[in-house]
Order: sequence, then structure tokens, then C-alpha cells
Amino acid sequence: MTRYQLDELDALESESIHIIREVAAEMQRPVMLFSGGKDSVLMLSLALRAFAPAPIPFPVMHIDTGLNFPEVIEFRDRMVEQFGLRLIVASVQDAIDRGLVREEPNGSRNRIQTRVLLEAAEKNGFDALFGGARRDEEKARAKERVFSFRDEFGGWDPKNQRPELWRLYNGRVFPGESVRVFPLSNWTELDVWRYIEHRAVEVPPLYYAAERDVVERDGMLFAVNEFVRPGAEEEVERRRVRYRTMGDANLTAAVESDADTVDKIITEIAATRLTERGATRGDDRVSDSSMEDRKREGYF
Amino acid sequence: MPELLRVATAGSVDDGKSTLIGRLLYDSKSLFDDQLDHVERVSRQRGDEYTDLALLTDGLRAEREQGITIDVAYRYFATPRRSFILADTPGHVQYTRNMVTGASTTDAAIILVDARNGMTEQSRRHAVLAALLGVEHVVVCVNKMDLVGWSQEVFDSLVSEFEDFSVRLRIPDLSFIPVSALLGDNVVDASANMPWFDGTPLLRHLEHMHIAGDRNLVDVRLPVQLVVRPHSHEHHDHRGYAGSVAGGVLRAGDRVRVLPSGFETEITQILGPDGPVEEAFPTMSVQVLLADDIDVSRGDMICRPGNMPSITQELDAHVCWMDETSELVPGTMYALKHTTKWARAKVTGIDYRLNTDTLHRDREAGSLTLNDIGRVRLRASVPLFVDAYEHNRETGSFILVDEGTNRTVGAGIVLSRTSA
Repeated sequence: MTRYQLDELDALESESIHIIREVAAEMQRPVMLFSGGKDSVLMLSLALRAFAPAPIPFPVMHIDTGLNFPEVIEFRDRMVEQFGLRLIVASVQDAIDRGLVREEPNGSRNRIQTRVLLEAAEKNGFDALFGGARRDEEKARAKERVFSFRDEFGGWDPKNQRPELWRLYNGRVFPGESVRVFPLSNWTELDVWRYIEHRAVEVPPLYYAAERDVVERDGMLFAVNEFVRPGAEEEVERRRVRYRTMGDANLTAAVESDADTVDKIITEIAATRLTERGATRGDDRVSDSSMEDRKREGYF
Repeated sequence: MPELLRVATAGSVDDGKSTLIGRLLYDSKSLFDDQLDHVERVSRQRGDEYTDLALLTDGLRAEREQGITIDVAYRYFATPRRSFILADTPGHVQYTRNMVTGASTTDAAIILVDARNGMTEQSRRHAVLAALLGVEHVVVCVNKMDLVGWSQEVFDSLVSEFEDFSVRLRIPDLSFIPVSALLGDNVVDASANMPWFDGTPLLRHLEHMHIAGDRNLVDVRLPVQLVVRPHSHEHHDHRGYAGSVAGGVLRAGDRVRVLPSGFETEITQILGPDGPVEEAFPTMSVQVLLADDIDVSRGDMICRPGNMPSITQELDAHVCWMDETSELVPGTMYALKHTTKWARAKVTGIDYRLNTDTLHRDREAGSLTLNDIGRVRLRASVPLFVDAYEHNRETGSFILVDEGTNRTVGAGIVLSRTSA
């Protein structure tokens, strides 16, 4: 490595901090989405570094589907407490009870949470919403700008995105419109874990391998919990598993793994032959364009 | 830890850009099994004769339907030596602005040329854009060599055709590689079909490209993004001027001048993302603490007393026009963003429009329309702190935004003749 040359993680870290600061400086009412998953924890950690020793100058928001792993909610609340964050919770269960959205037959609240997100954004007047999505996750996400314009309906128009030159981000919007901002656009799953090791970032315990009761469904392993009840035909097995992603507890699969430390996880991911979504997300297996369609409707 | 290299691919429609990226990912074992299964399944369903690796990057439905790339797709892969961010940019002339988006941040550009067709209008346009955008390294991949019988003669004649054209462009590092993206020759593995080629395959070339000298470590430039000022007893006196270093190396103890006020003071401490650091250099995000309590806010610039950018309201720049619903004409006013500063700018004149096919300068041009590039004079509402783009990409670039639509409509590259 030449002197005065940032290595990969330092370059990514600085780029993300630059993006977060641009939003804080230019937008009227930013908010950062925070679910307790590793990407949002990373994003939060970068935001803390962007403004230290001052606090983060915007609130965090969780779109609570009501189907969370309890460990993740505990973790979320502990982070809020530890860093003195202002947390806004928008509840999908509450929106179902109010009749704003209706439960979908397949039990996934992935799509209906978009309405809840848009309602909360409108009610709070947010004009910039930070999301922890990465371009390497999915091919529609690979197309998205760092500052991604949303019309007054929260919609994304992938064929007509604003050109994004250099680091000159254009967050100008009219009332009712907003930008989604993705500070982690250029990070890969492996970068995320290397950074978690590099800066000793704490993530929920479910990411680490442990003995758990699981059932196999559609070739994927689901840990038994309050949202995953074994059917009469299903066999419960004790396996050593961990989670690569934190989606809804009823649809997020675990992977067999011995990786119970960050170091082992990095080794495992460097060698894996499956993408994190392909390995663990039942909700992404709908069609070739399911992510693009959801994003057009305002999904993150 | 590896270094990061940002690469953009460009070329005409059907020159095989997406296929080349697919091949690069496939042969460097950067593809995941579920991605590959998916592409194989879709290719089979469509009745393709071979697995269409372009499906890996064409992430939008409209792109898959038409078999073209509309917008930039970013792909990530790593070798033990380097991590790569690959921007697969559109070849279609209509989407040139998205090509410019992908190329504006890149270290290197790969321009694909179809061996059967030679240089096209689009390949000339992409070469011109890469040169204007200051891309230091351009690799011309002469693709589809399998369809011209692996002919050295075809390759050589394309090389000289390209060199004849590019001699009038500023491309510091230009190289040529004969490849077959479809079959993999000279992409990751050396080609057995072209023993006459004594260069290295594309991936190896990208791994060994020398990029450390590409950034400006001489002229200190720190555009201030915001001021970190905690309202707490513990950090009551903290005033951190936050920004990412756009040029030069800063150290504690350095004398600095702050623009536009002109006040001079000393750096007392530099904070990186994880606490105090001894030095700051491009493109680190830092906070700088100063010895004197002076007026510094967003849009100001920290530099050295004896080395300042031009302080000017008059800009002389190449502008790439990116809007299909309006044209750039003298007298029009736009919002302009330069470093961390927004201003208004009025177009005071168009010197010429550049024909990217012939490099002819049309001095009679009265306007710029979608995908035109021209030399434009603008007057900004406030003084800007600019350098020529060729000396500093960050302080030498700006965007124009239409205040009626908020769309980004123009990309500006400051020319060296801009003066105070």
C-alpha cells in the first residue's frame, strides 16, 4: 500500500460519512431507518462517527412489521438507550388494525410495510430517508443512485433517474417529494463484516452460530420461534445455525454454520457460494422483478 | 487490505459490455451459485443458445425486455490484490448521461469496440467523454475477436485507427487488449487463440494498473461540509470543521487560510472517523480544529496561504448537457453546485459545441441539447473557489440544476483558462 492511499475499508468509511454529512447539511428533515439488522447498525455507527462528539442530528425510525426476532428488538432498544437516539416506531400491526393495509395471504408483511413507511414519512414531513441497502444485494438495487429521488407518492422511476456526477449530490425536492439516501451503496457483505471486525461494532447475537431448533422448508432452514411453528408433518432438528440477514422472523431462514465469531464469519462469507438474499430470504423468491416492483411502490 | 479500483465500461450497443462484465465475474469466481442458476434458467426459458451473462447486470425489467442497458449497474468483486467497483454504463446514445454518471467517479475506463465494426460514433464519443472527465487510464478491449478469426491484422488496424483519433485527446494511459467476452479469451485467462498478443489479460491489467499518482497531494483543499458543534458541557469548546479532503495533505500545526474570509490560522488537531489522526489526505472524511475562533461555515474552503484556488464568479467550462426537455441557451439561469456550495449561475455565452465524432468545434452553435458537449461561459451569483479540473476533479467540477424541475441538467468541467 502506497502512503496517502486509503485502503478499501477506510475509503468506504469516508465515502459514507461524506454522504451522511451532505444530507445533514442540506436536507430539512432527515431520518435514518434503523431495524437492528447489521447494515442499519453499520449505517448508525458511521452516522455516530460523522458527527462525534456531537449527537446525531436526526431521529431514527423503525418500520415495525410486528414479526421481528425478539433479540433484534432488544438490541434496537439497547442501542437507542446507549447512544441517546430519538426513535420513531411506525407499526404495521397498528396499520392493519386501523385498516390502512390488509394482511397478505402468504403472511409476508414485506410489501404492506411500504404504505406504513410512506405514511410515517408524510406525517413527520421527512424529506430525506437514509436506508442501509447495498448495491451488491440485488440487481434492481445495483441500479440505484446514492441520492434516489422519490415523487410525492414515494415512487421510484428507474428509467428516469437524476444523473449523479462526482460527489455532487442533488437532494433538491419540492414539498411532498423526498430522497432516499444510501450511504452503504458501495459496500459488499464482506466489507460490512470486515468493518464490524475493524471497528468492533456490536451486532445482534443471532448473526453468530449457535445450536437452534430448526425445521426445513423449501430447502431452507427456519428456526422455531413464535412465528415459525412446526407443522404436523415437519421434523424439528437441532442444528448449529446463524442468520446472514435479519428480515421478518417468519420468512428469514438461517444457514448452517460454525461461525460464532466475527473472524469465522468473515472466513465463511469469503468462501460462500450463495448470495445472502438467495440463501435466506423467502420473500425475494417471487419473481425476477419483485424488488424492482416493490421499489417503484416506495419500498426501500 | 486491498486497494479499491473504480472501473467503468463503455461502448456501443451490442459491443458486449454486459457480457464482458459477466465473463470477468464468472472467470474470477466472483459469481454466486444462485445468481448463475438464475441466469441459466432465464436464458434457457428464452431459448438462448448460450447463457446470457448480460442478464447479471441488466437489473431492470425494461432492460431485459429490450436487451439493452439503460442505466448504470454497479458490480463488486475482489481479487487478492484489489477490490473492484465496476460501473456497467449504457452504450445507447440516448442514455449517454448515465454513462457520464458512471464515468465521473472512475479511475479507469474500459471502452469496448466490436472487432468487426471498428470504431463507431459511440466509441469516439466515449473516448472523448473519458478524456474530458479526466479518466487517467483507458483500456480499449477489441471484442468479438472470435468472429474475425482471431486476426492480428484486424486488431492492429483497429489500434491504429483508435490511436489516430485519440492523439488529439488527453488520455495519459491508453492500452489495447484483443478479447472474446463470450468465450473468455484475454478476459481473466490468457488466450490460446491469440498467441501473437504479448500483453496481459484484462483482469491482470486492472490489478496492476498504477493509480497512486492520480490524486492531487500538493494543493490543500478542504471544502467545509458542516460545523460539528456539540451543545454539551463536556465538549463546549469543540468546533470541528467537517469535510472530505479534496486535495493536498493537512497536518496539525499547518498554517491555513479560510476562504472567502481570508483569515489565517493554524490547525490544532485533525479528527478522522475514529479519533485524532496525524495527517489528512484525499479522500478522507475529517474534522479540522483551528487555533482561532473565526467565522467558518458550509461552503467555505480551507487551503494554504500560499496556495489558493481561483476565487471567481466567472467560469469557463466544458458542459455536458443531460436534459431532454430543455436546452442550454445563453441568458438562462440555473442552480449550480460546486464542492459544498450552492449558487446561481447565468449562462453568458457558448463558445462552441464539440462534435465528438470529428472533434470539430462548431462556433455558431446557439444552444446545447441532450448529450451535447460545449464550451460554455457562466457567471455565478457568488465567488466560487475553483481549480482547473485537470488539476483537481473535486474543485474543478460542478453540476447545473433546473430550478423549475430540480433535475440535474448539466455537468461542468472547469477549464484551466478560468482566472480570477
